[in-house]
Amino acid sequence: MTAISVSSPRAIAWPAIIKEAALTAFVALLLTVPLVGLRTVDRPTGLGLETRWNEVVAAVGLVFLGRIGICLIREGQGVLVLVLAAAAAAAGFFIKMPTEALRIILIVGGAIIAIRAAMAVRTGRSKLSQAERDKRMDRIAAKVQDASRWLGPIGVVLALAFPLTPLADRQLLDIGILLLTYVMLGWGLNIVVGLAGLLDLGYVAFYAVGAYSYALLAHYFGLSFWLCLPLAGLLAAFSGVLLGFPVLRLRGDYFAIVTLGFGEIIRIILVNWYQFTGGPNGISGIPRPSFFGIADFTRTPAEGTMAFHEMFGLEFSALHRIIFLYYLILVLALVVNFFTLRVRKLPLGRAWEALREDDIACASLGINRTNMKLAAFAIAAMFGGFAGSFFATRQGFISPESFTFIESAIILAIVVLGGMGSQIGVVVATLLVIGLPEAFRELADYRMLAFGMGMVLIMLWRPRGLLAHRDPTILLYGRKGKGAGGPAAGTAAAGGEGIAGGRAK
Amino acid sequence: MTDLSMTPTVKNDTPLLTVEHLTMRFGGLVAVNDVSFTARNSEITAIIGPNGAGKTTLFNCITGFYSPTVGRMTLRHPDGKEFLLERMPGYRISQQASVARTFQNIRLFGGMSVLENLMVAQHNKLIKASGFSIAGLLGLPSYTNVERESVELAKYWLDRVRLLEFADWEAGNLPYGAQRRLEIARAMCTEPVMLCLDEPAAGLNPRESADLAEILTFIRDDHKTGVLLIEHDMSVVMTISDHVVVLDYGRKISDGDPHFVKNDPAVIRAYLGEEEGEELPPEIAADLPEVAKRAEEGA
Ligand SMILES: Nc1ncnc2c1ncn2[C@@H]1O[C@H](COP(=O)(O)OP(=O)(O)O)[C@@H](O)[C@H]1O
Ligand SMILES: [Mg+2]
Repeated sequence: MTAISVSSPRAIAWPAIIKEAALTAFVALLLTVPLVGLRTVDRPTGLGLETRWNEVVAAVGLVFLGRIGICLIREGQGVLVLVLAAAAAAAGFFIKMPTEALRIILIVGGAIIAIRAAMAVRTGRSKLSQAERDKRMDRIAAKVQDASRWLGPIGVVLALAFPLTPLADRQLLDIGILLLTYVMLGWGLNIVVGLAGLLDLGYVAFYAVGAYSYALLAHYFGLSFWLCLPLAGLLAAFSGVLLGFPVLRLRGDYFAIVTLGFGEIIRIILVNWYQFTGGPNGISGIPRPSFFGIADFTRTPAEGTMAFHEMFGLEFSALHRIIFLYYLILVLALVVNFFTLRVRKLPLGRAWEALREDDIACASLGINRTNMKLAAFAIAAMFGGFAGSFFATRQGFISPESFTFIESAIILAIVVLGGMGSQIGVVVATLLVIGLPEAFRELADYRMLAFGMGMVLIMLWRPRGLLAHRDPTILLYGRKGKGAGGPAAGTAAAGGEGIAGGRAK
Repeated sequence: MTDLSMTPTVKNDTPLLTVEHLTMRFGGLVAVNDVSFTARNSEITAIIGPNGAGKTTLFNCITGFYSPTVGRMTLRHPDGKEFLLERMPGYRISQQASVARTFQNIRLFGGMSVLENLMVAQHNKLIKASGFSIAGLLGLPSYTNVERESVELAKYWLDRVRLLEFADWEAGNLPYGAQRRLEIARAMCTEPVMLCLDEPAAGLNPRESADLAEILTFIRDDHKTGVLLIEHDMSVVMTISDHVVVLDYGRKISDGDPHFVKNDPAVIRAYLGEEEGEELPPEIAADLPEVAKRAEEGA
């Protein structure tokens, strides 16, 4: 998709295109037969196989046509492909298809190819190179980062005001709580993944430790939420240190795999330690939080306690507790955010980022790498633990089901998608990853499909994440910078590019 | 083999670093073979030798990245404190023994700004002042004062290596020569007693090499720091070093002042093969006076 090939109106090399498309379709066939074509089903007689050849044919056909489309785009026929792909998507949308799968494939496939074609047509017109487009995206990310200075507070004010508006019904508040929980988890994991650069695939383990800490402490000792919240954080941090000690010596992939294992170990312990954790049945009847231990959110409070609505002279409403939970998670999430923003400017945070950049250089500067990584791990685990105990008190019921690997994957996806290390990126990514599926509940079946496609698109389009942009934590010349280069990474990058170009000559 | 006789009466005569019988094996390969030498305070000790001679390996042993198979390395601070480097884990060598180093392939924190690179170098001082982040999170003046001093130190070194105006740039975007200088500034921000430089002039043009020579002599003379310098660029080595150690196939083949080493038949043989010939490869010999002149002009 370079600018050169777009404009020339030469003859289209059909045989080569067909050959390439056929080859791609063949690879797709090899992949889809086992992945899509065969499916195991539980039958009364045992495990059986079910075949889905329609879907296989549809997928292979889509790959074949899609490849032709991509080849044509390369040949400079972007407009034609755009029209055809859009037509296919529209056909899938409006015309009844024999199978649902075919329909989805037509719509999604058509849409993706149409987007590609549209992008090709646009780049063909604007004659921008890939690098220039990348840089432009970087500049957008930088602008968003810049804007987050005032977007952030506005967002906080909106979030604070939201429950007081008439909009706030039970359902929206629940979605808000869900979103905020993931934002908090994303911000927590961002410390380990985004700042310290440690790929943690088992973050949900600390979430689970926090949730079970509260549930079990409340169950066995009758401790209140407000006492358990710090305890749960401490226990999660402790488990982070426990895991961290042996594991942090490992590098990269090995580290990721061990954390993945740790996440599963915690879950399996929860499932199998039946007497203590209730096994797969989980723990129910977890006490709801009180109003800071002063009053309860019930219509008829128990002897010697107060009810929230009586205390404030309000009409009883079941919403009060939801709103309180909403504010609670909002505050917890903001604490994490505040901590991260602040710690980035401290030696600890700088050491984390330096470790991410080059940990050998860190050792040569006398930085105790193990301690720094351990601190990142423990602090992130503590925040995970807070979120976990919030989850437990909100649900009133927890079971190991809630702490599967897919949760870790989703939280990680939020961090990576948003742009590693970007606080506002986490918020945007949460809205995309959690908010969109909530908004389109009817399409829940295709959630993972859309999720996977989104991740692939991001990888192709912006491998460092949507809003990957790093602001320096300290500036010598202030935000506006001075003369040569200036501080903003966008300018610096442009300057660097000039120098790099100069060097190449 | 080496002259280990110490005369502890005059301070500058006490070796800063004493390496004795250092051997490093990788499986069957002996990368460093029974090497002994000393390096003094306020002196530039150059370690030269053909590619693969074991120079980088020697550095990695001294700075704790490898633990040597055999040997002893003693670092004695001007105030008399002694450290046995082979017994210390890597990061302590910088943290406590105050040995700083640069790398043959530049290892900056490329995504961070130039100033941030220098702040990370002052990590140990700063993290203590920040009360392991607690005082820092609260923004107590005990921390902000130390941070301000750190920025001053960073500015001082940026000025020395002529990068002050690039302080807010992303380090990875600097031109190559500037990155080399920044790495030296970063090492100096740890306030070392000994600075180990692994081929700092590699890839620099003659002008930049002359600048580098000036920076190194400044570090030696004004900061009383011992400099251990691996270098291929003979023009740099011969003009600024006080003492040269020559390695070949892991062994020390010569040790003495630049003039002595330049005329040592063993060195000539190592550099030119068996045939007898000029003292140095012609292109290097031709370069010498010119570069020396430039270095003097710069100083
Ligand atoms: N980590 C290692 N493992 C195995 N061999 C090594 C290692 N590091 C260096 N060597 C070998 O030791 C020898 C000396 O290498 P080095 O010290 O890098 O030479 P130079 O003098 O060019 O810096 C080389 O033969 C190299 O292959
Ligand atoms: Mg080397």
